Amino acid sequence: MDLNITWFLLVGVLIMGYAILDGFDLGVGVLSLFVKDDKEKRIYMNSIGPVWDGNEVWLLTGGGALFAAFPIVYATVFSGFYIAFMLLLASLIFRAVSFEFRNKVASEQWKKLWDTLFGIGSLLPSILFGVAFGNILRGLPIDNQGQYLGSFLGLLNPYSIIVGLLSLALFALHGAIYLTLKTDEIIRNKILSLLNKIWIIFTLIYAVASFYTFFEAPFLFNEILNNLLFWISFIIMLGSLILIPVFINSRQYFKAFISSSLLIATMIGLAAISLFPRLVPSNLNLDYSLTIYNASSSQLTLKTMLIIALIGMPIVIAYTIFIYRVFKGKVELNKESY
Amino acid sequence: MRIHSSISTINKKNLKCLSQNGLFLLVLKILCGIKIDIKYKDNFIERNSIMDVVLLSRIQFALTIGFHFLFPPISIGLAWMLVIIESIGYKNKDEVYVILGKFFSKILALTFAVGVATGIVMEFQFGTNWAGYSKFVGDIFGAPLAAEGVFAFFLESGFLGLYLFGRNKVSKNVHLFSIYMVAIGSTISAFWIIVAVSWMQTPAGYIIANGKAQLTNFWAAVFNPSTVIRFLHTVDAALITGAFMVAGISSYLILKGKESDIAKKSMKIAVIFGLIVSLLELFPFGHESGREVAQEQPAKFAAIQGLYSTQTGAPMAVFAVPVMPPPELKAKVEVPRLLSWLAFGDFNAKVLGIDQFKKEDLPPLFITFVSYHNMVVLGMLFILLTLVGTYYLWKKKLWDNKFLLRIFVWAIPFPVIACELGWIAAEVGRQPWIVYNIMRTKDAASASVPAGDVIFSIILFALIYLFIGSLYLYIFVKEVKHGPEGNLAKEELK
Repeated sequence: MDLNITWFLLVGVLIMGYAILDGFDLGVGVLSLFVKDDKEKRIYMNSIGPVWDGNEVWLLTGGGALFAAFPIVYATVFSGFYIAFMLLLASLIFRAVSFEFRNKVASEQWKKLWDTLFGIGSLLPSILFGVAFGNILRGLPIDNQGQYLGSFLGLLNPYSIIVGLLSLALFALHGAIYLTLKTDEIIRNKILSLLNKIWIIFTLIYAVASFYTFFEAPFLFNEILNNLLFWISFIIMLGSLILIPVFINSRQYFKAFISSSLLIATMIGLAAISLFPRLVPSNLNLDYSLTIYNASSSQLTLKTMLIIALIGMPIVIAYTIFIYRVFKGKVELNKESY
Repeated sequence: MRIHSSISTINKKNLKCLSQNGLFLLVLKILCGIKIDIKYKDNFIERNSIMDVVLLSRIQFALTIGFHFLFPPISIGLAWMLVIIESIGYKNKDEVYVILGKFFSKILALTFAVGVATGIVMEFQFGTNWAGYSKFVGDIFGAPLAAEGVFAFFLESGFLGLYLFGRNKVSKNVHLFSIYMVAIGSTISAFWIIVAVSWMQTPAGYIIANGKAQLTNFWAAVFNPSTVIRFLHTVDAALITGAFMVAGISSYLILKGKESDIAKKSMKIAVIFGLIVSLLELFPFGHESGREVAQEQPAKFAAIQGLYSTQTGAPMAVFAVPVMPPPELKAKVEVPRLLSWLAFGDFNAKVLGIDQFKKEDLPPLFITFVSYHNMVVLGMLFILLTLVGTYYLWKKKLWDNKFLLRIFVWAIPFPVIACELGWIAAEVGRQPWIVYNIMRTKDAASASVPAGDVIFSIILFALIYLFIGSLYLYIFVKEVKHGPEGNLAKEELK
């Protein structure tokens, strides 16, 4: 396995880490849009209060790692998705400050403003995550110089919008399951009735999106159907999807959370397997695609970065687990809460 | 806009016509959809040179980094102040320091949140606006950004959550450990981002191959000639910022008689600590920083010092008004030979003036001179203030000196301003290069982003930052006025 493939895997792992961790707190934010009661809203916010910031770091680190390992992809995709990125950044800014701002002024309208900004600031990134994925899966208009030729409105094609809705439903599902771990009986029952609906909606969108992918990006399926790894991931994914309602109904919420995490990981895994060795296919000509070889940094940089990752990430994972264990269990509101 | 004075004069006409076209076409684009969009893009490329996108991207970068950089020095400084406060409380088992810790941690949390929110923009902006640059230096520049994520962001954000919300959930040891990790994490973050910006100033450990910078020696790139001194200079500036923040807020509480017994404890720490770090900032950090610039970037040194002709035994301008053209210093107050000593440790050394450099290789002269000199003046003021403060503290008269306490309150924003000025002098002084002597800023922008898009994002961020900046100030003042939840508050509850 060469360094380029290693970094393909590592960037994939960072995206999985981001989607699993920030996925549930974005999902909680989306679900908070449907909550009326102030105390309930605060419980939603405080369930992710101590951890959301660390979760978002996965996005920052993923961005940094992409810049370091595949600078051509970083430059091409980010400048190509310019307006979409600016909207994403604006949402994330409002979302980040809403935690600190919301409870600092005792006014109903003030709270309502920040609740709305928190909700939309969670909703938009959830959709844009899928829209970006959808566009990359179907390929971008990239010419033989690696130059992006599309526009913002070109990103809003039907296929990518469906993938956007898929990621929204996925994060909402994941967030709802997370909330079952953090809430008491009364609030949990409300979430549970919602959870079943989200699961059905997600499954329907998933079926449509998979079917659509065959027509939109047939090249993705060229080689993978006789790839064992693809089938293993596919089976794990289906299994996790089916197990979610099973665990929920038998009140094994933590196992349900593990299942939805696995679901996210395997969905991203399947996308990665079908893209490999391309990072961004070109829909003008597949030969113009950005791949792990023509878009990568030098071997020395990849090697150095690998050492940094091998030293740093085990420590990160160790203390992240420690911090999650400290905040395990139901949310209790007190003076320090948001 | 002053930041870009030299370029903006050249392009003022272009910019005006461009912004009208850009906005008009942007509205059209939203109203009429893709077809117009493609047409507009083609027209646009014909009508506007890439230079306009460069100028707009520079304005955007100046805006977003300028706003972002208000917050990290406060966060780093406050985190270390809290390390001191919490450590004393832990050692003496004194509840007063817990109250202080809780109080200042609210300010830290607020500042940190805005810092994080505006920092996300920075991580992605190289790709969105500076794709040319990102492709050219990606092999080197991405690594420190990724390292910052791995070694710093996770650490500070994870443990900040633990510090803020874990006071009653973890042992006292772990809680104290968590504020240490926040402070260390934010300082490591400063290190890696300074590695990245220092490499742009004094690149090392690379070769140019296939039209791109390629890494040849990681450690040489990390510890390039300006990294270490810039790191010490910047982090010490953050410590001064933290000290003045705590001193100013404590002074306010003492003046208002709000929990003043508690505030006196934090005031003492802040003034003494502030004196130490302010002195260190002058010598050795500021001094060494100047020497480094003189050696590595003589054109920048000449510009920030306002040395317009090459001289032996060069004087240092303490005060002057730079005018253009021709470049000239009016009403100047000079100290003879000081600049030669500052730069090379020899009163008779020869220092290159701007007459030695081609016009197209020089940074804007006005903005660099003015920002550098005002930073130095503020640095001296910090020493003076903390020195006087320490003297009165020693004489046990500080609490009665209302005038001095009031000055400390008003001085809260001064270190933040000094940080901004220092940053402007450093980064504008690097112009016209984005990577010193290797790549010019004008060649670095994104080729695929139309000017209208950049105008849209400038307006978007300007509005958001105005909004968030005002709310930050409003809540900051509110928190300070509310004061710590001390014994008085407890008694009131009873």
